[in-house]
Amino acid sequence: MSESFTAKIWVLGDDIDTDIILPTEYLAYKEINDMKPYAFSPLRPDLASKIQPGDMIVAGRNFGCGSSREQAPEVVKALGVSCVVAKSYARIFFRNAINNGLLLIENQELYDQVKEGDIAKVTPGKSIEVNGKTYEIASLPDNLMEILNAGGLVKAMRKRNGLD
Amino acid sequence: MGMTMAEKIIAGAAGKESCKAGDIETVTLDRLMSNDGTTHLTIDMYNNLKNPHIADVDKLVWIVDHNIPADSPKTAASQKKMRDFAREHGIRFYEGEGVCHQIMMENHVRPGELIFGADSHTCAYGALGAFGTGVGCTDYLYAMVTGTSWLLVPETIRFNLNGKLNEGVYARDLILTIIGRISANGANYKAMEFAGPGLATLTMADRISICNLCVEAGAKTALMEVDDIALEYLKAHGREPKAIFKSDEDANFAQVIDVDLSEIKPIVAKPHFVDNIVDAKECQDVKIDEAFLGSCNNGRLEDLRVGARIIKGKKVAEGVRFLVVPASRAVYKEALKEGILDTFMEAGAMVMNPNCSVCWGACQGVIGQGEVLISTGTRNFKGRAGHKDSFVYLASAATVTASAIKGTIATADMV
Repeated sequence: MSESFTAKIWVLGDDIDTDIILPTEYLAYKEINDMKPYAFSPLRPDLASKIQPGDMIVAGRNFGCGSSREQAPEVVKALGVSCVVAKSYARIFFRNAINNGLLLIENQELYDQVKEGDIAKVTPGKSIEVNGKTYEIASLPDNLMEILNAGGLVKAMRKRNGLD
Repeated sequence: MGMTMAEKIIAGAAGKESCKAGDIETVTLDRLMSNDGTTHLTIDMYNNLKNPHIADVDKLVWIVDHNIPADSPKTAASQKKMRDFAREHGIRFYEGEGVCHQIMMENHVRPGELIFGADSHTCAYGALGAFGTGVGCTDYLYAMVTGTSWLLVPETIRFNLNGKLNEGVYARDLILTIIGRISANGANYKAMEFAGPGLATLTMADRISICNLCVEAGAKTALMEVDDIALEYLKAHGREPKAIFKSDEDANFAQVIDVDLSEIKPIVAKPHFVDNIVDAKECQDVKIDEAFLGSCNNGRLEDLRVGARIIKGKKVAEGVRFLVVPASRAVYKEALKEGILDTFMEAGAMVMNPNCSVCWGACQGVIGQGEVLISTGTRNFKGRAGHKDSFVYLASAATVTASAIKGTIATADMV
């Protein structure tokens, strides 16, 4: 997970809640891929179709507040989003995202400094470079990195038990 | 240095003498609640493990409440999966008996327990001095299979309650005021602890309503000191405490906030954020299409009594749908006995079976484009109750009922 990657930025606001990330009416869909077109639809109906694998999301405070529905981080991961950078995360979403192998980065400055379409170079645990500026980012604790690197908690469990 | 309630419960669950905020502990869970929102996903993951087993099946409680009775082949299939799995493994299973947190309070939660619920409002269990916290289905699966999980020990914001709520002001107004004051992420990752002389003036229904909504300030859990009122409730429901904890006098709190209950007024949270609060009277020009009295936050007997007192002899306004949804079968039966449900139906309300109803924007009562709902539900996010371009206002049982009568947002003294 420490290898650098470049990503196109999509900018969302403060308090992006789980009902925006995935509205209730699509939760019963059988496959996560069926839910993908509706991600973020109450706020930006066309966003899911525009996000390309590898893109990243930059947002304000309290990203993922609300419900414990795990379909929310799952659908962001399924869209191919490489990471989310926000000022802060709601705690249930934070755990759920890590458990699904979705990289979350906490950073106070980036949101106020970038615009949609900017290209960033992300080096997990180290820095984000964008528009000629470098922003330092913290690394997650080792136990969470183990889960992220395995691609999620279930995969980490399988690995730990020698199944994969 | 002393310990907070949250630290004491986690230390116990980690088999340690002590722990402090910021530590990461491996804990053994006392109870694991899951509902039909995500249990089907847990089952899929479970079946994908090699030789999976359940660490302690007696700790599991599964409750179908979000979409009961099933409203589509999709939800029927996911509930069938849950029902079949519960039967096969001998998991305690409820269906149609009420909203999950109400069932847990009536039948399972004990002071001092550490409980995971695959639902964000699991923090409600703090009303009985239990550490309840919401998790996703993967964390739930891990706990179900291993009996354990990891937890970051939270800092605690302590709320000292003083005085008494005035006539016509409710616990719901109090917790909305507190969330408005500290904001929707003001308690993120933290425990919200309630104590002080004002606590004794609050009923169990009030306390559940307060703790239940703390996740809307981002809280990991909510905790209240266990007193005679809590012990009486527990005894009436045939249970004993596991352990009773209190924060030490020299415990380290991140913040201490004094709240004078007598200063609280009827409050409304406007769309689309729970911390977007205003004095209810400021919303009197807002026309409503639907009113909802129910949910894990305000569907208890005490809430229904408040509504019934206000609407008795009056009618629901022309063109307004009023949904009344008791939080559990026990509440429903008692409300039936007291004539409360008759009162609502005579006024023109629709009385539904116990479930999550429109609070989560599925199951029933969903609102259309441009429509306005006033609700005792838990959230008012954009699109939460139906169409993405609809509007949800949150308020107490009294304000919701008064608004149903008036057809515009109103407090009880206005009808």
